[in-house]
Amino acid sequence: MNTASGPKAGGYEAVIGIECHVELKTKSKMFCACPNEFGGEPNTKVCPVCLALPGALPVANKEAIQHMIAAGLAFDAEIPAFSKFDRKNYFYPDMPKDYQISQYDMPLTQGGVVRYWLEDGTMKECRLTRIHLEEDTGKSTHAGSGDGRIAGSSYSLIDFNRAGVPLMECVSEPDIRSAEEAVGYLEALKRTFVQLGVSDVKMEEGSLRCDANVSIRPAGASEYGTKAEIKNMNSFRSVFRAIESEIARQISVVESGGRVVQETRGWDEVQGTTHTMRSKEQAHDYRYFPDPDLVPIEVDRATVERIKASLPLLPPQRFERYTKEYGLDVKQATQLIDNLALADYFDRAVAASKNPQQSMNFVLGDLSRLANESGTSVPESPVTPEHLAELIALVDAKTINSKIAKELLERMWNGQGSPKAIVEKEGLAQTSDTGAIEKFVDEVLATNEKAVADYKAGKTNILGFLTGQVMKQSRGKANPALVQELLQKKLS
Amino acid sequence: MSDFIRMSAAEVARGVNGAAFSASDVTDAVLAHVDAVDDRIGSYLTRLHDLARETARNVDARVKNGEKLPLAGVPVAVKDNMCLTGTRTTCGSKILENWISPYTGTAVQRILNAGGIPVGKANMDEFAMGSSCENSALGETRNPYDLDRVPGGSSGGSAAAVAAYEAAIGMGSDTGGSIREPAAFCNIVGFKPTYGRISRYGLIAFASSLDQIGPLTRTVEDAALAYEAMAGHDPMDSTSIDRQVEAASTALRTDLKGVRVGIVKEFVTENLGPEIHALYQQTYAELEKLGAELVDVSLPTADYGLATYYLIAPAECSSNLARFDGVRYGMRIEGADVGQMYEKTRAAGFGPEVKRRILIGTYALSSGYYDAYYVKAQKARTLFSQDFKRAFESCDLIASPAASSPAFRFKSKSDPYSMYMMDYYTIPMSLAGLPALSVPCGWVDGMPMGLQLAAPLFEEARLLGAAHAYEQATHHARRHEPKMLEVAS
Repeated sequence: MNTASGPKAGGYEAVIGIECHVELKTKSKMFCACPNEFGGEPNTKVCPVCLALPGALPVANKEAIQHMIAAGLAFDAEIPAFSKFDRKNYFYPDMPKDYQISQYDMPLTQGGVVRYWLEDGTMKECRLTRIHLEEDTGKSTHAGSGDGRIAGSSYSLIDFNRAGVPLMECVSEPDIRSAEEAVGYLEALKRTFVQLGVSDVKMEEGSLRCDANVSIRPAGASEYGTKAEIKNMNSFRSVFRAIESEIARQISVVESGGRVVQETRGWDEVQGTTHTMRSKEQAHDYRYFPDPDLVPIEVDRATVERIKASLPLLPPQRFERYTKEYGLDVKQATQLIDNLALADYFDRAVAASKNPQQSMNFVLGDLSRLANESGTSVPESPVTPEHLAELIALVDAKTINSKIAKELLERMWNGQGSPKAIVEKEGLAQTSDTGAIEKFVDEVLATNEKAVADYKAGKTNILGFLTGQVMKQSRGKANPALVQELLQKKLS
Repeated sequence: MSDFIRMSAAEVARGVNGAAFSASDVTDAVLAHVDAVDDRIGSYLTRLHDLARETARNVDARVKNGEKLPLAGVPVAVKDNMCLTGTRTTCGSKILENWISPYTGTAVQRILNAGGIPVGKANMDEFAMGSSCENSALGETRNPYDLDRVPGGSSGGSAAAVAAYEAAIGMGSDTGGSIREPAAFCNIVGFKPTYGRISRYGLIAFASSLDQIGPLTRTVEDAALAYEAMAGHDPMDSTSIDRQVEAASTALRTDLKGVRVGIVKEFVTENLGPEIHALYQQTYAELEKLGAELVDVSLPTADYGLATYYLIAPAECSSNLARFDGVRYGMRIEGADVGQMYEKTRAAGFGPEVKRRILIGTYALSSGYYDAYYVKAQKARTLFSQDFKRAFESCDLIASPAASSPAFRFKSKSDPYSMYMMDYYTIPMSLAGLPALSVPCGWVDGMPMGLQLAAPLFEEARLLGAAHAYEQATHHARRHEPKMLEVAS
């Protein structure tokens, strides 16, 4: 993505911070035993607790707290020994208690750094302020207002299935400088959370929602400009577009002598612009206070160490290894890292074959093609990474040529097992026996007089055809380089 | 018939378990008595005749099956802020006037499991805010010892029901004195266990960090039995304590030898009037006579109890009561938009005391005031715990009046502050989460008074044991019969 709003574009620099809400993947909701599952008939995944019936009490979900710790540790955040839940008080019809249980001044994780890369491979860092745990609200459907908004609607329907689903709110420091970086940052969050298994991060199901705080300042300035908070961005693409549009808007406000005002602005996907939603004067006083229904969370060090020890190889570490050690390009590395099962498969293939380049060629090439054609993923296919490594070894040792390798791979995909065994059983090993190949060459030259004549008349590209004929005679086993060499010798 | 209604819970359970009579016999007698007297007393907002009879039949079947149930056939008044499936649960408020609970709270369920019979849902000050039951929006409850006087509150319905033999156990909730004060007013025992001993799941919250369920009974032994049935950890309430409940009913004692009883020097009784002062001097002397050693202790923060309480409790209630918004259940008054619906519903649904506390609490939590009020009050609360801890270094129990006066006449406390003063002696223990109870200790002007005893955290068995010794030695409660009974019979 080339952007007009990159650092210092037109003498301005953008300063961006991102807040995003990510639904945690847990068996049950944050404070009750209802299943944490997307969808379903409205109001079927509810109980006295998540409906906030009189007298019901919340009990914190341990799995969610462990997910939070894992997420924090993945970004080198601090996990304080003591944390607590607070109530954020405001009235909203789809929020059953009319307060949200959240975390105010003692979140489960503090600080941390998100490391990500851009398309050109540049590594970037964005500091995290915190990640805190809270609960989701229900979902309102407003009828009769035409635009689906509550204003002017004649009635509203509320589905509380989502009410009480655990959410982590990730707040970044204003370290992001462009729309491209914003997307890079979000992709880093996504791939990390997916890899940790703490969230599915499906924007279309609302399991990742984000707001961006955007301001501009003269390039090189150290003071921040006045920020606008951008909401309603429902895909990474719209995050990119909304930030681009907002930066351009703020530049034009300033260029025309105006001042950017602090406000909340909504992104309009159709218009491709942001518009005022509410100004700062309408800001809420949420009257945060510690939730007396929930005991403080004491995180013991042993739990933190145990979770830390169980963390997988994280995306930035993988990226370094793939690009620096294995020599993969940014796109290849990203493609693998964003498909974790495939990356694990790849790693096992590399471990067995010691040949990253060939492993990558097969995994992202023929194997991915077969996967697409068959609808089975590579890791789920009958081709084990160890069998793939055997195949690579056969090619490396020039025991088989690439054509045979391709055929073998298809047979492996169809469940025929070890390529080495097939080669041995069927005598498919490539031959470099000059005598045998010479016999095939002579036969081909004898039966293709016209081609031989054409070659001699200067049509040297006919050599490919003749090579093919020899390969055919040898049932593909001849070493193609040797075949060419012999042909050229005999024809000259 | 009257034999059954006057029986203690222990006597009823013994009789039913021993097949001397059935739970249904007791239930029929109590229901008939409720029908005879409750139109005048008003203990119950909802009578549960059908449920009571059905439950009694089940208990009889269980006993027949060989089960021994600690509360077999015992008639129970359930305060109307406790959820019981299929019953109207109003909190004494218009906003929940017609709300039927679809689930049963833990404490109520445990009473049912133990063989208790729910006779009715008892009246209370709206959302448990009040000390006289006069703040109920749904009915008036009168003191069985003088129908012109209040029964106390907020658990006034439960207290009146037990005093008038309409139940043997009243389930109450105590936030700043709401069990102990009505018990004192109605000549019965009222026991608030350590905060967290009994699950709050299914108790409609007033102030979550203070609310505690407990029993109101005519004897200390019954309080112990009811407590044992309800106490213990509940995974549905994360503030409930996961700690062994010591048997209380088998630790009841008959003397106070070796017990050091602290008399709080800041709790001066002289200013309660000569008669009341004399009564408590006599009460303390009775303790001494039983073998207790009286020691002077100090609670330097005592005078800040009300101020602290009236910041923390309203702050929590302002948030706890937000859910009564007309959206999902309870009263709804339509408005032009959702904001207006909230305003109209809450304006019509809540009474003046509830509104006052929501306003105070909202203010105390507001940005700019939070540190000055709420945070300060929390710090003061820590001081109360420290004061008590220090005091309990030199004593085993603390004795004091349970309330500042005997039950007063209706509408005699017109300003809120004079009403709040009724809980002067009970609030400090609530702030520190301590177990405390009120046991009858004598009469002033023909009206009963209560002795409050408080113990360190988790020392319920010690507390009940001592109260039992005092009760058995004095029998103050037996001196008078409720007046209304003379009228009814």
